[in-house]
Amino acid sequence: MTTPIAPPPKKDPQQRTRVQTLPSGARSRAALGLTAAAAEGRFMLQVCAKCGTVQYPPRDACGTCLSVDLPWKDIAPEGRLIAETTVRTSTSTYFRERTPWRVGTVRLEAGPSIICHVHGDVARGGAVRISNRLDKSGQGVLFALPAERTQNMEDDPQLREMTANPKFRRVLITDARSGNALALAQAFAKAEASIIFVGEAEGWRPYPHRDELAAIPGVQLLPLDVTDTSSVAELAAEIGGKTDILVNNARFMRPGGILARGDTVFARDEMEVNYLGLMRLAQAFGPAMLGRGADGQNSAAAWVNILSVYAYSNLPALGAFSASSAAAYSLTQCLRAEMRPGGVRVMNVYAGPTDDDWHQPLPPPKVAPQALAKAVVAGLKDGLEDVFVGDVAQDLIDRWRAGPKILEREMSETDGGAA
Amino acid sequence: MSVQASNPAALLGDLALALVSGAVEVVDLTHTLDPDFPVIVLPPEFGQCARFRMEEISAYDHRGPAWKWHNFTCGEHTGTHFDAPSHWVSGRDVPNGSVDEIPAERFIGPVCVIDCSQGAKANEDFELTPEVIAAWEAENGRIPEGSWVLMRTDWSKRRGAAYLNMRDDGAHSPGPTPEAMRLLVDERGIRGFGTETVGTDAGQGAHYTPPYPAHFFLHGAGRYGLQCLNNLDRLPATGAMLIATPLKIRNGTGSPLRVIALVPNQGLPNKDAQ
Ligand SMILES: [Zn+2]
Repeated sequence: MTTPIAPPPKKDPQQRTRVQTLPSGARSRAALGLTAAAAEGRFMLQVCAKCGTVQYPPRDACGTCLSVDLPWKDIAPEGRLIAETTVRTSTSTYFRERTPWRVGTVRLEAGPSIICHVHGDVARGGAVRISNRLDKSGQGVLFALPAERTQNMEDDPQLREMTANPKFRRVLITDARSGNALALAQAFAKAEASIIFVGEAEGWRPYPHRDELAAIPGVQLLPLDVTDTSSVAELAAEIGGKTDILVNNARFMRPGGILARGDTVFARDEMEVNYLGLMRLAQAFGPAMLGRGADGQNSAAAWVNILSVYAYSNLPALGAFSASSAAAYSLTQCLRAEMRPGGVRVMNVYAGPTDDDWHQPLPPPKVAPQALAKAVVAGLKDGLEDVFVGDVAQDLIDRWRAGPKILEREMSETDGGAA
Repeated sequence: MSVQASNPAALLGDLALALVSGAVEVVDLTHTLDPDFPVIVLPPEFGQCARFRMEEISAYDHRGPAWKWHNFTCGEHTGTHFDAPSHWVSGRDVPNGSVDEIPAERFIGPVCVIDCSQGAKANEDFELTPEVIAAWEAENGRIPEGSWVLMRTDWSKRRGAAYLNMRDDGAHSPGPTPEAMRLLVDERGIRGFGTETVGTDAGQGAHYTPPYPAHFFLHGAGRYGLQCLNNLDRLPATGAMLIATPLKIRNGTGSPLRVIALVPNQGLPNKDAQ
């Protein structure tokens, strides 16, 4: 079992906040395939299309037959720890600050032996499950976990470096009025977040779940409207230095594409909330989070965007909304690049139709708020960058990867539930 | 208004002196344009009035070393604002119906303040009726033609959710009945009608016939509306002058504006409160 982490003490105001150092982030183009897979929490390696050899480490030509046709495939994660060592000193500043650090060699049942980080609960010579994680540099690294769950295993210090576990962290959910705010707050409370700040826009008009939200232990409702720069700046001034995980669930959507609407009023609202709202939050909260990536157990850890999967391919029935989602998606790529030096993960959670008023005429399947919230917390615990929630989102991204142009044509014949 | 200006220049000179001496006070009837000030809320499938928003362009910094300025955005009907006749379907064909077309002299006029604050305190759906107007006239005389008429409710003192007072069946705030509006517009010939609430109509104004009677009758007859007014408790029932000049927006149906009143200083209790 892992020694459970203790609630972090209050910050010593006389000590300099520890600066984030990073493990080496350089990778060959071939090796970035591991990073792409880790972004979704998939353990993938190249498998030679010609001879079937599983490749490790990633390379440009098959080690057996020299074929260059090496597609990335999901690999069975089972293996056995065949050698291990505990690093006590290192030339890398990042690792020197974090020793002792356990590494080892695992023989995979799928064939190759791999070098990997090793969880503290893995026994010498024990059975392991390989997990592909993003490290603080945002690069894919292989991590050997015990084959069976062990007690408090999430609290392993090496694993916690690879994840954004909400336990003992302070979360900001940006939009209390959203239909998923309640489920998100409940999920974070269950995940032992220490404080759950929830931003509340337009306190001068009521919304149905306010009392229930306010009653969740740890929830603090604070004024925040992502369309109002002064409100975002004020809240960041108050709590920016103790926002460890920011979940941007603010969203504006109305059905319709271009021609039926005939004006830009809703389109502007969509851009104000979905795109500029994200920009305002990032400008206000980003710098403080960037500076607190290594600030102890409750360091700044992750920025979560809840996005429509139609960011990838426009659904004409929700055409203007899709366009604002695409703009937001593009901005998250910029944010991810800018937050990476601070070791702060930017995680996008994509959903198709969600179970709310604006998708009410649409038939199932729809993503329930609880399912979305569960995916957010699970994604943070796994340290992911991309999460696709529900069948619609998963199916769409699969089709997008297979052929975006084909998908574009298919989308024009998809019912978006626009009444 | 019984003053006959035999010599307009002397009259204006006297006014200037009175403004300097404080014998005539200037009362600001305007709320601050604030991002968090409530606006009217429509069902979400309709377009909404934009909230007031402000973005800094520079603040004596690398974006502009010696100057500070902002861009702001809002709707025509955001904050303390003016409603032109073209705002309502009943006023769509009224000549000079948009803010840029209204002759400037229409913006200034004597003002009658009907104090409904006690009624509104007891009943959030308090109605301004012909009976209330009759009682006011019994005390203050007949409402002169061309007057601004303001309905004082002290609603401007409410904060947060209490202002719109929105519930599952809509907003609850005081306002005029259709009969009262017909009396004011058709029989008294008023210039315009103003309130402290978010609209000239009651929160439940949709349920009258016609719906939203203040908007319907005022604008159908080419008269004006003022809403989200402030400090009406600092005005006398009669004897003040209201100045309400909207922005000159081409084809504008309304505009945020600074509303002020010139008030004779007769030792009114709130002189130092501004
Ligand atoms: Zn091969």
